[in-house]
Amino acid sequence: MLYRFWVAYLTITRKEIMRFARIWVQTIIPPVVMVALYFIIFGNLIGQRIGEMDGMLYIDFIMPGLVMMSIITNSYTNVVSSFYGAKYSRHIEEMQIAPVPDIVILLGFMTGGVVRGISVGIAVTLVSLLFTEFSIHNPLIVLLVALLTSCLFALAGLINAIFANSFDDITIIPTFVLTPLTYLGGIFYSIKMLPEFWQQVSLGNPILYMVNSFRYGFRGTSDIDLLTAIIVILFFIALLFSVSLTLLARGTGIRQ
Amino acid sequence: MLALEISNLHKTYASGLQALKGIDLQVEEGDFFALLGPNGAGKSTCIGIISGLVNRTRGNVRIFGHSIDDEFILAKSLLGSVPQEFNFNTFEPVEEIVTNQAGFYGVPARVARKETEHYLKQLGLWQHRRSQARRLSGGMKRRLMIARALVHKPRLLILDEPTAGVDIELRRSMWDFMEQINDQGTTIILTTHYLEEAERMCRNAAIIDQGDIILNSSMKRLLKQLNTETFVLYLRDHLEQAPQLESFNKIIRLDHHSIEVEVPERLSINDLIHELETQNIVVERMRNKANRLEEVFVKLTTKTDDASAA
Repeated sequence: MLYRFWVAYLTITRKEIMRFARIWVQTIIPPVVMVALYFIIFGNLIGQRIGEMDGMLYIDFIMPGLVMMSIITNSYTNVVSSFYGAKYSRHIEEMQIAPVPDIVILLGFMTGGVVRGISVGIAVTLVSLLFTEFSIHNPLIVLLVALLTSCLFALAGLINAIFANSFDDITIIPTFVLTPLTYLGGIFYSIKMLPEFWQQVSLGNPILYMVNSFRYGFRGTSDIDLLTAIIVILFFIALLFSVSLTLLARGTGIRQ
Repeated sequence: MLALEISNLHKTYASGLQALKGIDLQVEEGDFFALLGPNGAGKSTCIGIISGLVNRTRGNVRIFGHSIDDEFILAKSLLGSVPQEFNFNTFEPVEEIVTNQAGFYGVPARVARKETEHYLKQLGLWQHRRSQARRLSGGMKRRLMIARALVHKPRLLILDEPTAGVDIELRRSMWDFMEQINDQGTTIILTTHYLEEAERMCRNAAIIDQGDIILNSSMKRLLKQLNTETFVLYLRDHLEQAPQLESFNKIIRLDHHSIEVEVPERLSINDLIHELETQNIVVERMRNKANRLEEVFVKLTTKTDDASAA
């Protein structure tokens, strides 16, 4: 039985990877181009005037955050668009009709999102080498935070897709929630620069924990305690995983 | 053994529409079973529940004795379904759609590829295996859905209007294919609006109307309910008005050279022709106005409409 589920999981994962790989010009290239522009404008042109932040060049400071932003956006976008597309054209029924447990469907879509997030993250990191020197303080932390963050946002994308009733619904959350939280999550600045009140408010933003723990992995410096950051990420993963699984079991948005 | 056992199945949609009102249905293993009914009767809801695409309000469904609740893995692995509407990713290549479906059922990739080749060849799609599904014609898409439903070798196959929108030549080849699958032991449940199709292939049938099963019997017994049959007769000579026949009540003149006659069960076509000949009316050709199952179907579903209107 477990072997059967394993085959089903591999099938969903492969299908998801093939989906974004087939259209790599739309899925991999644009985030790389966008981040290259960030490096040119904010890193090189404006960054030279800013000088140092947290004891390092500004371009070195923003690099981990920009990679993390790509991972977040792409793992989310992959699952929300793929799952909603499957709902819209009804090919989600291919899985519903088969003896695939909900948890396998969930893990399959999540893995697809993680693979895209990490693929784009690697591509963006490679592009960053054109602008900064490559140095990693702790590769394991980098890998761990990248994987956990992409899992978290893949799950968030799935929940968005489950509730979405139109293509507009799958762009509302990324535009009005995800992007502001990402920009305010300490990619471009250290929260130590903020007044005390706004520092406290920033601590309510989960993306701050991801960006900072990722920056710690690259640069060895962070505004947030690493362990706290990992616990916060794990907490949100557990929460979103349970919510996703419950929604799939109820058939919310996919069964009448 | 029962391939499908449905008991007290109810479905009420959020809108308040009661699509199924406690139906009971049993389909024997190896049967070719027709599930018939007018649009909106509840057929697709019933199939949706069996396939796991629709949540039921209450009731039980068993596939080869396995409950779709407690043993859903076993139950679903025995089921294949061809839905009414296309439900595949039209941007995926044909071969990938079928192989992936096998994968969802846990069929290892090597076996899945072999089975995919077998069914795509059998259904005449092998040369299109690398084409995106959206490039296929309507008939090819229908055949693709059949290949996809068969790739894991289900013991129960549900075909929800599999030949809708398919030209007659292709329809006949699909009938042959379905009969062949059934002969090999696969139980088939067919819903169709082409009653000629059901009459030709199915051994048993149920008619569902307004959420209730109004008739469930063998096809032979079902057709025996037909106590009259209507024929269209083409006449050699010009006819000004409908002839008066002693033994036949319902005679309608269609035009100068054709009439429609309702023949009661106790009388034969010979009786009709003989009576016409006594009036010097020569019949050149004749045909059934509608197929026999269609006549039963219309009579039964009209009765239900009348009763609910009353």
